[in-house]
Amino acid sequence: MKPTNIGGHDYFHKVVDCQWACPAHTPVPEYIRLIAAGRYSDAYMINWRSNVFPGILGRVCDRPCEPACRRGRVDKEPVAICRLKRVCADLKDDIQDRLPRAPEKKNGKRIACVGAGPASLTVARDLAVLGYQVTVFDNGVAPGGMMRSQIPKFRLPDEVIDEECGYIIGLGVETRYNQWVGSLKELLAGDWDAVFVGTGAPKGRDAPIPGRQEAAKHIHIGIDWLANVAFGHTTKISKRVIVLGGGNTAMDCCRSARRLGGDDVKVIVRSGFEEMKASPWEKEEAIHEGIPILNMRVPKEFRHDNGKLTGVLFEIVRAEYDAKGRRSLIPTGEPDEFHECDEVLVAIGQENAFPWIEKDIGLEFDKWDMPVLDEKTLQSTLPKVFFGGDAALGPKNIITAAAQGHEAAISIDLFCRGKKLDDRPPPEFNLVSQKMGIHEWSYDNQVSEEERKKVPVKALEKTLKDIKLELEMGFDPFMACAEAERCLNCDIETVFTVKTCIECDACVDICPTECITFTRNGEEDDLRGRLKAPAPNREQALYVSDVLKTGRVMVKDENICLHCGMCAERCPTGAWDMQKFFMQCADAGTEAKRT
Amino acid sequence: MTYLAKPKLLRADAPRNAVGYTRRDYEGAISTLCAGCGHDSISAAVVQACFDLDIEPHKVAKLSGIGCSSKTPDYFLGASHGFNTTHGRMPSVLTGAALANRELIYLGVSGDGDSASIGIAQFAHAMRRGVNMAYICENNGVYGLTKGQFSATADKGSKNKRGVVNSDTPIDLVALSLQLGATFVARSFSGDKEQLVPLIKGALRHRGPAFIDVISPCVTFNNHAGSTKSYDYVREHNEAVNRLDVILPRDKIETSYSPGSLRRVVQHDGSVLLLRKVAVDYDPADRVAAMNYLQERQTLGEIVTGLIYVDSSAEDMHRHLNTVEKPLNQLGDAYLCPGSKALDALNASLR
Repeated sequence: MKPTNIGGHDYFHKVVDCQWACPAHTPVPEYIRLIAAGRYSDAYMINWRSNVFPGILGRVCDRPCEPACRRGRVDKEPVAICRLKRVCADLKDDIQDRLPRAPEKKNGKRIACVGAGPASLTVARDLAVLGYQVTVFDNGVAPGGMMRSQIPKFRLPDEVIDEECGYIIGLGVETRYNQWVGSLKELLAGDWDAVFVGTGAPKGRDAPIPGRQEAAKHIHIGIDWLANVAFGHTTKISKRVIVLGGGNTAMDCCRSARRLGGDDVKVIVRSGFEEMKASPWEKEEAIHEGIPILNMRVPKEFRHDNGKLTGVLFEIVRAEYDAKGRRSLIPTGEPDEFHECDEVLVAIGQENAFPWIEKDIGLEFDKWDMPVLDEKTLQSTLPKVFFGGDAALGPKNIITAAAQGHEAAISIDLFCRGKKLDDRPPPEFNLVSQKMGIHEWSYDNQVSEEERKKVPVKALEKTLKDIKLELEMGFDPFMACAEAERCLNCDIETVFTVKTCIECDACVDICPTECITFTRNGEEDDLRGRLKAPAPNREQALYVSDVLKTGRVMVKDENICLHCGMCAERCPTGAWDMQKFFMQCADAGTEAKRT
Repeated sequence: MTYLAKPKLLRADAPRNAVGYTRRDYEGAISTLCAGCGHDSISAAVVQACFDLDIEPHKVAKLSGIGCSSKTPDYFLGASHGFNTTHGRMPSVLTGAALANRELIYLGVSGDGDSASIGIAQFAHAMRRGVNMAYICENNGVYGLTKGQFSATADKGSKNKRGVVNSDTPIDLVALSLQLGATFVARSFSGDKEQLVPLIKGALRHRGPAFIDVISPCVTFNNHAGSTKSYDYVREHNEAVNRLDVILPRDKIETSYSPGSLRRVVQHDGSVLLLRKVAVDYDPADRVAAMNYLQERQTLGEIVTGLIYVDSSAEDMHRHLNTVEKPLNQLGDAYLCPGSKALDALNASLR
């Protein structure tokens, strides 16, 4: 193998699995260390810059970082990254004076953001501080979009949304609430320098099976029903409720129903339990609240008695996968199952809908009725119109919306300055030695052997009675510190210098997970098989050095390195060093470096 | 040197040996030797050898004297029996232990100061008595604990860290042990575990005195230009006579070497030493030739490594002295102290 190129930011970024997995590339280990040090406000600001909504995401993020966490590969469970984020939001001081301010003198460019959800607000924040005049349109009465309308209050209280959206609106962003944008053509006539579409995926998919029309009064589309609950239009539900669907919306529906009078709430899903789209922890919480989840059942018919729903008939299926891994659900032939109920919530998916975008204005749509976009710049075929969030590339999650908001803001800024959109500013990064003394590092390199901490919750009897009462209480400072200490500090990189190595094997002997091998070079497959411990995880890189004095190379399997720094402590010549890799994605307004 | 204990986190796929242990289970306390010390590599090689041989840690007794090398038994086999004797006295204490209980595997760890200076008589007599043990000398040519004076194994003409040339003739413990009757004699290098681990395995499975001289660079006092025990010097002058594989009786022997290049030695316990020849016509069963070869090569400035001599049919001290097979602590009072009648009978037989 060729020597690993550690020159740019890509190699070491990938070693920081959580940061690599985060769509907004939040510097996770850095803020976790700050939490352990009790520097909650500093931790909050690092988050705020990258993901804009730390308090919100610390409660409801989809957490792509946690399955990626290295700790999950050497221990039973990953670090509770998401809930640590909440800690910095909960325990921070007033951070108002740390927020950037919009310049007094504006740059004269006017930007319209349609929708006041996470994507739009991210665009507004990034551009407002550069002097853009940003106007946000929304049909609601307050900012937040789906964060406010679809996520139940017992998971995400309004105060948190108000606070974090308030930071952005406070930058001098103009808001037009209660304003439904009915025509993009009309909006474009308003002399905007750029328009950002962040309208989400507002249409809940329906279940067009027999009985749907007749029993319509008792069958609700999940996201619409959740919005009605969120805004207090719906305050109760019948005793027996069936929720159709296996995603996070279904989990929110069943848990909300449980709090509004549903005693007998069931989730019934087409797929198997493992394949359900809902995050594992959301399924767990539903089960914790006494909600059974029934799998492998396809709804066949809504049964009713003269329009009054009596129950739902399900066909029992099993999953079969073809050679390409595509699933098909085959009826098992068992008799259909009938489940009695009084009301049904349909949460089987969300779709995009752009009835307000005229087809004749030069904005192209593809065959799935999605806007044709440049995936990197998020620019549509109408150059001044940009998309982000669920409206751009289909429904994903809040953290993706924030990441796309950043990208769209960079594009809009480049566009308004007449620059090329693909000439994008690179991330800022740094790599600095952490050595303080012979056995001293500026990070805590002792690996904690504690188990993952569970977030304390309020008593079920109480929370099931009050839909607005937040269930989770968040970590207290002691639990937060213990959990933060579980982080392996993957951003403290092991950096190897060939010319100082004397090949004494000290690092090989001390490494607790046998990551390091000195051997003759070879092709990757060959090398992976004959390291001190075989390296079967191909997702994780091998760090290969240049040729050493004996003709061998140093090969380090990054897969389960604990970043404990023992190799560097035992190295007599400093050939190993622990260096902190810090990287943040560029903000709009950062200049691309000329090389 | 590291202050932290090794984290207990294990890789999920960490291999386990036939007695159910992982390699980590053969480790000891964290080393307090200098970072980069060759001795730590030898400790790691002992760990690997015991893991590979499926040895139960409590079946091992590790004994040592005084010195950097003699500290190392604390850093491996944390669950074994151990004894730090006075300076140079490891062989006598080990001999006594072996006489009392022959069921344990005896591993003696010593250094060049402990073995070639203060303890040279002890070394010599353990070898000639045929004590069943693996004797590892961690040889770095200097007194590291007292700031780097030449030891008795330092080569004539080599320089110390401050440039002073050694004028004394070195003691070659390998040559000495051959002469004194060791029946498994090897030399290796701490920086070459591929060679060292099988040699330790072979020595642990050998019946009789097995001696391994391991050149182990002292990074702090003897790893400079002018030293003949530095990583660079040993790598440049290392001449292996053979490469060893130790095959346990339960393992199948699968080799792809041409017949002439391989030599099989079956030890008393059925384990097989497979020797791949490196030096042409070197015969590790011929003691006199081995001694000559060593002298020849030494004058050329080469460091001869590998399995230099093995006598697989050797007998040991227990056989010579006709000792009882059962450990003394299992014999029971009546057997150990037969009473005045038996004494009277014995005395009468001598009158």
